[in-house]
Amino acid sequence: MIYLDHAATTMQKPPQVAEAVAKALCSMGNAGRGTHEATLDASRIIFDTRKKLAELFHVKNPRQIAFTANSTESLNLAIKGVLRTGDHVITTELEHNSVLRPLYEMEKQGVELTILKSDQKGRIVLQDFEREIRGNTKLIVCTHGSNLTGNLMDIAEVGEIAARHQILFCVDASQTAGVFPIDVQAMQIDLLCFTGHKSLLGPQGTGGLYVREGVVVRPLKTGGSGVLTYSREHPPQMPTALEAGTLNGHGLAGLHAAVSYLLETGIDEIRKREQFLMRRFYAGVCDIPGIRIYGDFEPEERCPIVSLNLGTEDSSEVSDLLYQEYGIATRPGAHCAPLMHQALGTVEQGAVRFSFSHYTTEEEVDTAVAALKELAAEM
Amino acid sequence: MRKKEKKLVVTFHTTADAMAMEQVCQEQNVPGRLIPVPRAISAGCGLAWCTDLTCEAVLKKALECAGVKEQAMQECMV
Repeated sequence: MIYLDHAATTMQKPPQVAEAVAKALCSMGNAGRGTHEATLDASRIIFDTRKKLAELFHVKNPRQIAFTANSTESLNLAIKGVLRTGDHVITTELEHNSVLRPLYEMEKQGVELTILKSDQKGRIVLQDFEREIRGNTKLIVCTHGSNLTGNLMDIAEVGEIAARHQILFCVDASQTAGVFPIDVQAMQIDLLCFTGHKSLLGPQGTGGLYVREGVVVRPLKTGGSGVLTYSREHPPQMPTALEAGTLNGHGLAGLHAAVSYLLETGIDEIRKREQFLMRRFYAGVCDIPGIRIYGDFEPEERCPIVSLNLGTEDSSEVSDLLYQEYGIATRPGAHCAPLMHQALGTVEQGAVRFSFSHYTTEEEVDTAVAALKELAAEM
Repeated sequence: MRKKEKKLVVTFHTTADAMAMEQVCQEQNVPGRLIPVPRAISAGCGLAWCTDLTCEAVLKKALECAGVKEQAMQECMV
């Protein structure tokens, strides 16, 4: 199989990730539940994972990173944990349902919601964030990179706008964490949501939420914490405040290995390789008759994603043909990004998304280009 | 049961605080180890750093280095 669905999950991981998970499964106790070596080993590796992520994201205090199951959980925590009835929130059409659905829920509870429109290339005019700010605007939440078009958002600029107006800034880094530089201090990010299983190269079931010191996020769940058993209230201190119940220690051991690999390899090297492969694919397919490619390819950097359609062919049909006839794995359909598809006019057709990893080879890219040319010729 | 001795015990608000403290103590060769919170201090579980009574000064320095605000620091028979 030629796997070109890395925006859904990076299937190829550094081998040490699986080794770390396997080792943890055989030896790891429950973190923070006693002081025998098995539980301390779990606590140590989880704490060191916080430290490595803090290094990656330029977080001052690693204990401000709480672990979750994925970006969806992190975004639910961030959005529902800071907004209250009467607040106003600004987001964009680029967002995934993991942002939109919690916001729609909050809207039903009396939160005012503004969704910034994109142009036909899936771009947002950054000044629109500032133009929509009201007296009761509490939060700006937006993606760092669209999971459909691959367009990047200038989050440093949005962070500047939010900070200038003393509005909380929440970033969905699902498609960028581990590949693109993220500096929560320089970019003035108050809440950073990430998943472990995409470009961070870790196992599924791992993710996290960074919360700037001083920002209080109401927890979605309370329960076991390993401390203050006889208190009727869950501890308010980070990260325990947002980590009720046993953590996915085995998965986090894998994430630890993955982030170690990223820090050792250097995300700039990884990004350069992914950009090269994405551009090679784009150059190969952009002139195919009848092809429509979505997104903005003018900026030097973008997520390693190319979404396209062949004529008016159903994207599900094209994706299925690519797999059945050529063994190429892609993602068709709507990508949980309903407003982006509306803006691109692809609600009916969907789109076929190709996404690349630094493990992808030139040969795999060229095979995919050749396959698309053949399919286009048959239309 | 083993013979008890009077020790200096630091308790923490979170497990993450305890782990941060352990790492700094190991880096700075501060004597001691993590123990379950003695029930004489609290019945509510958690981890504590247990060290010799003479180590109060280095322990405070380690807490500062770790950026950890302890829940409590007290002498206790352990």
